[in-house]
Amino acid sequence: MESSENRFRVKVGLAEMLKGGVILDVTNADQAKIAEDAGAAAVMALERVPADIRVEGGVARMAAIEKITEIQSCVSIPVMAKIRIGHITEARMLEALEVDFIDESEVLTPADEENHVAKHGFKVPFVCGCRNLGEALRRIGEGAAMIRTKGEAGSGDIVEAVRHLRAVRRGIKTLGILDEHELMAEAKILGAPYEQVRWVAENGRLPVPNFAAGGIATPADAALCMTLGAEAVFVGSGVFKSSDPAPRAKAIVDAVTHWQDAARLVEISRGLQDAMSGLEVGKLTTEEMLSRRGW
Amino acid sequence: MRCGVLALQGDWAAHAAVLRRLGVETTMVRTAADLAGVDALVLPGGESTAMLRLMEPDNLAEKIAQRVRNGLPVLATCAGVIVLATATKPSQPSLALLDVEVERNAYGRQVHSRVAAVELTDELGEPGRIEGVFIRAPRITRTGPGVTVLGRLGEDPVLVRQGGIIAATFHPELTDDDRVHRLLVDEEVGHGR
Repeated sequence: MESSENRFRVKVGLAEMLKGGVILDVTNADQAKIAEDAGAAAVMALERVPADIRVEGGVARMAAIEKITEIQSCVSIPVMAKIRIGHITEARMLEALEVDFIDESEVLTPADEENHVAKHGFKVPFVCGCRNLGEALRRIGEGAAMIRTKGEAGSGDIVEAVRHLRAVRRGIKTLGILDEHELMAEAKILGAPYEQVRWVAENGRLPVPNFAAGGIATPADAALCMTLGAEAVFVGSGVFKSSDPAPRAKAIVDAVTHWQDAARLVEISRGLQDAMSGLEVGKLTTEEMLSRRGW
Repeated sequence: MRCGVLALQGDWAAHAAVLRRLGVETTMVRTAADLAGVDALVLPGGESTAMLRLMEPDNLAEKIAQRVRNGLPVLATCAGVIVLATATKPSQPSLALLDVEVERNAYGRQVHSRVAAVELTDELGEPGRIEGVFIRAPRITRTGPGVTVLGRLGEDPVLVRQGGIIAATFHPELTDDDRVHRLLVDEEVGHGR
């Protein structure tokens, strides 16, 4: 039963299992344990959280092998790891390490400024970032089994994730009102594969789970993403750059489950200390914006 | 009949879609109050550690256990089986309602996830096989005397029943074959009679 169709089904299947969950960035075993104990559905193993990548600069690459295996050995939940955009070999190495999901991520320094990895040829599933529907469908066309918004990683500012969630949603709604004769022209405008465009027009949703990432710092930010149609959230710097990582991680996990219950969100958020201080995205230059990476 | 789907984390929406396709009134369970109104319950796939953690604030684990001991029919898939098991390896808390021992992620990490044919006993009718979507699946390593095996993958029991509890280590909710869900619906109908 190992057809290419079934292979893709089990990739999307794992994304389905992560729904309603929080995927937390961690840089060592202690943080991974805190994440698992807080109720995270998965962890993202990386060398530095995005906020530190911003401050320290330099080329950001796939995490060290020892770091990934250390984290894999201390938690039972799925372990994800990031590769640079277009870095086929980092992807093959993470597959050999049996990470559960690869994030081909704009947070790392791109290895290819024109191409992303052709993801259908891998057994391991990929998640990719997007800013709008066209970008989401290009990544799905390449074989991504999960889409997330890019947001603006390491900023602690939710504004870009909101912009990207709304853009994807608006793009889907627009396809729904076009008739079949208009879809090829729309595919051309979106720069997206025609088959994917047609599928979305017929089904009114993305063909793979749609998660939010980039700038989530509070339980309210996480709940807002769910309100705007995200099916789960990634939290990067927002937890381990705050004054209270463990309770904040728990609170964000609770907020993703109870996002529709405002009274409960008040209880969940009560008593938390300072969130990460953050950077206002409106004051970043285009070159400073990680979300501009990816094509 | 009103079927609840535990909607703390995981693929609860896929279960709800199957139940609605079967014409069953379906409601999401996130709190003790939600639980009080249901006649059957689905524990979906997802991460068992996350679900158990999310049960803590309302003491939902104990409340679910009480209802199930009093006869609430349950369908558990994948992580749901781990939540119900009497023992898990590696060891973690569980509701200890289903007399099986399970080993988590026993078939390996995600690259070993697969679609495979599950051999069924006669109870589920024709065809005698069902498509099993196994995602980082647990393995049932021991079944107690009160547990009936309804489906196997090779030698491993992957679909079992104990009284009103039906448990699958795979994901029938990710296929078009709704026979496993119908077992739950029939269970509730029989129970109500």
